[in-house]
Amino acid sequence: MSRDAGRLSLILLFTPFALWIALLIILPQLGIGYVSIREKVGINQYEYGFKNYVDFITEPVYRNTLLRTAWMSILVTALALIIGFPIAWYIAKIARERSRAALFLMCLIPLWVSDLVRAYGWIVLLRETGVISMTLVKWGIISQPIEMLYNDMTVIIGLVYTVILFMIVPLVSTLQGMDDALLEAGYNLGGSRVTVFRRIIVPYAMPGIVAGCIITFMLTAGSYLTPILLGGKNSSWFTEQIYNQFITRYNWESGSAFGVSLLVFTSFVVWAGLRLTGQSLATTVAKE
Amino acid sequence: MHDLSCTDLTKRFGTFTAVSDVSLDIPSGSFFSILGPSGCGKTTLMRMIAGFENPSAGDIRIKGESVLALPPNKRNVKMVFQHLALFPMMTVGENIAYGLRCRKEPKHEIGPKVARVLERVGLPGNEDKKIDQLSGGQKQRIAIARCMVLEPDVLLLDEPLGALDLKLREHMKIELKQLQHQFETTFLYITHDQSEALVMSDNVAVMNAGRFEQIGAPKDLYDAPASGFVAGFVGDATVLEGKLGEVRGSQGRVVLEGGQEVVGSVSDSSTTGDTVEVFLRPEALRLGDGEPGCRLGGTVDSLLFNGASSRILVRTGRHLIEVADPEQRSGVSEGSTVNVCWSADRARIFARRPDGGAIV
Amino acid sequence: MQGSRSLMTLYRAYVVVFFLYLVAPLVAAGVFAFNDSMFPSLPWNGFTWDWFFSPNEPKLGLFHDDRLLQGLGNSLYIGVIVAALSVAVGTCNAFLFVRKDFRFKSALYVLMVVPLVIPGVILGISILVLASTIAGLADQWFGVFLTSLRPGIPLVVMGQFSFLVTITSLVIIARLEKFDISLEEAALNLGASRPRTLLTVTLPFLFPAMFSAFVVAFLVSFENFNTTLFLVGSDSPLTITMYDRMVKAGSTPVLNATSVVLMLGSGLLALLSVFAQRPKKQA
Repeated sequence: MSRDAGRLSLILLFTPFALWIALLIILPQLGIGYVSIREKVGINQYEYGFKNYVDFITEPVYRNTLLRTAWMSILVTALALIIGFPIAWYIAKIARERSRAALFLMCLIPLWVSDLVRAYGWIVLLRETGVISMTLVKWGIISQPIEMLYNDMTVIIGLVYTVILFMIVPLVSTLQGMDDALLEAGYNLGGSRVTVFRRIIVPYAMPGIVAGCIITFMLTAGSYLTPILLGGKNSSWFTEQIYNQFITRYNWESGSAFGVSLLVFTSFVVWAGLRLTGQSLATTVAKE
Repeated sequence: MHDLSCTDLTKRFGTFTAVSDVSLDIPSGSFFSILGPSGCGKTTLMRMIAGFENPSAGDIRIKGESVLALPPNKRNVKMVFQHLALFPMMTVGENIAYGLRCRKEPKHEIGPKVARVLERVGLPGNEDKKIDQLSGGQKQRIAIARCMVLEPDVLLLDEPLGALDLKLREHMKIELKQLQHQFETTFLYITHDQSEALVMSDNVAVMNAGRFEQIGAPKDLYDAPASGFVAGFVGDATVLEGKLGEVRGSQGRVVLEGGQEVVGSVSDSSTTGDTVEVFLRPEALRLGDGEPGCRLGGTVDSLLFNGASSRILVRTGRHLIEVADPEQRSGVSEGSTVNVCWSADRARIFARRPDGGAIV
Repeated sequence: MQGSRSLMTLYRAYVVVFFLYLVAPLVAAGVFAFNDSMFPSLPWNGFTWDWFFSPNEPKLGLFHDDRLLQGLGNSLYIGVIVAALSVAVGTCNAFLFVRKDFRFKSALYVLMVVPLVIPGVILGISILVLASTIAGLADQWFGVFLTSLRPGIPLVVMGQFSFLVTITSLVIIARLEKFDISLEEAALNLGASRPRTLLTVTLPFLFPAMFSAFVVAFLVSFENFNTTLFLVGSDSPLTITMYDRMVKAGSTPVLNATSVVLMLGSGLLALLSVFAQRPKKQA
């Protein structure tokens, strides 16, 4: 192979990558960064400054929405990990060869169904005239139909539901790679269940845990449908604020500032998570 | 006319020289092996011949014509890869026909050619089998058939037996040799396994650190190694380190590290005062009294039974000497005191190898 | 382990409950598509196909509901284009990162993964802002009106493409890394040209991964809401149409019927991709 041909093919392969990253990822991010620091003072007249951010920080509604979104997202991530780990363990280590594949596929089924349909399913189940409420009335457990939608609990249930698959999939793939002999050696050398779990299983599964947590967290913090549909008007989810600024109020400047804030915040959490666990983006998220 | 010749072939990767000044000529229809430890440059050499690497200097000629300017797909040398590289998505027949199709041979000739070559490798009628339905040995033969159907000037084989288990490897050695006779094509075989090289080849080049140490018939390499490396790499030997004393003719006297003196034949340019190694083949040694200088006393450390290649390990000073003892006929027992002796011309003296001959 | 039979039973029960939790809303969404009622809720009034096939109001069936069908058509159209584009670029990326060496390779690799950790909403607004800015400038400076940069299908395609490429690249890279380079060398050695080698050896090997990447990209595009929401014009894809219907008109079982069709469709595609990835068994 001649050197020129190698060079040419490198350029040919690099071009689509460069165009994609530059035009659809980097430039648009710079774009909202730019819009977020300007302020409309007249028709086609702008001033530049951090006023949009100052507004964002000084207005408690906005600030609290971001904090609330953050806390709920972290909570959802933690719940997904706690609920998902035993399931991943079961699929990877306990289920037999045949049922393992079937269980794994079953786990993936909701993944193939749109967010909207999933949220819609919860609405059908949980609302005042929904399946659960009506069934409970029929059985005489409650006397009046009750509304189970539009509260934080429901939002969390729905969010965990939406994202848990993204926790289980990376966990299963890391756990499957773990040699059972490691565990046996752990017990053989006198470890208790707790020590084996803490000293062997968790460190081994760490890349999977980190990958799952990052994706789960990002999806939760960036989710729109589930909190809005299940939480109703009270959900005060941050992406809803962005939508309001952008589409309802047509205030792109402050909407961009909100967007940048969300991006900075989520990036910070991801970065902190990677730092704390000593992993890198390429070794975790890209491993799937 | 040589089917393949290389002159002063050199390949450098950055500052590392993988192959340095290698020259070889392979006569038509012979089985030629390149034997060397892993990392000695033999794979790089083969990849240059196949056209996957460009030499930094030197020339490669096939049937007298330089092929340096030809890309790999235009060279009439075919290669059996280390892991065979049979195309898994194609059937046996498609694999074999691949090269013929690339050559745009007429369709009606491809079928019969494939059938014929399958017959020659002893797998007639297997065109429609999938690759993963074949056993290790069958895959081996298909890989060879895929090349031979193209009637190459030279067939390159890159350690193709490495992945097989021991029994099959022994069997394939003989089979490869027979296939080579049958096709009457020049085979260039590279391996790190000395027994593969010795059993199959007409000629063997022993390669070390990018250079050829010696080229010769297997028996010559074994009986008359040209360097300490060859003596150590080809066949078994006990190596005793010492300092070369008085040299008379080809006979030299070596003072071993333990103070004993032994006599052997100096086989390279070592002179008095050099640090040297004395190589003793197990079958050149026997138990009993020999001439002074051609014997060492010791105790039997252990007896290793392995049929015709059984050994006695004799401890003398800080050395363990391996003595051949076919089928354990000598009848000595562990712990007994013995003398090991040899004839002076079968103890070979070479300059000490730089790495201490650390070969596993 | 010792004496943990009851623990094991408990564990199994937990797994069963979990899977019930997984399928419950899907079953609920599905079942009420067949309820002969104006609302997707109890009581059960008997089985009906009306919500799929009824041609007239008030129980206008899905296959006669022009708005929903239009949305479905748009979604299919967008999905196929986006999936094809992202598989093409993903394949290039795979060859770039697996086969080539260049400066800043590992940093660029991280950059390739980054779109996966940018919230979809932000991808949506940032592409909206950039496209509108460019369209605005083009209008202002050259008097050109660039319709394709106004919200609409082209922008939706760009928005979804921007993060789907990461997914397709990762899928195809994983497969290409498993490719034994000596297969290509063998093909060259047997006399094949480089393009022929690519066509007869490398691409057939990659094909299963490219196919699953296509299916995944198509499905994700089909389901996508967050990014799409900001980029739609008048031709909205199905998820947006359904959402509008749900928020504005309230839910009727026609949405359940749509959900059933979606579940069946994506389930089928998912199975196809699983079978494509599976190594072929001998005949």
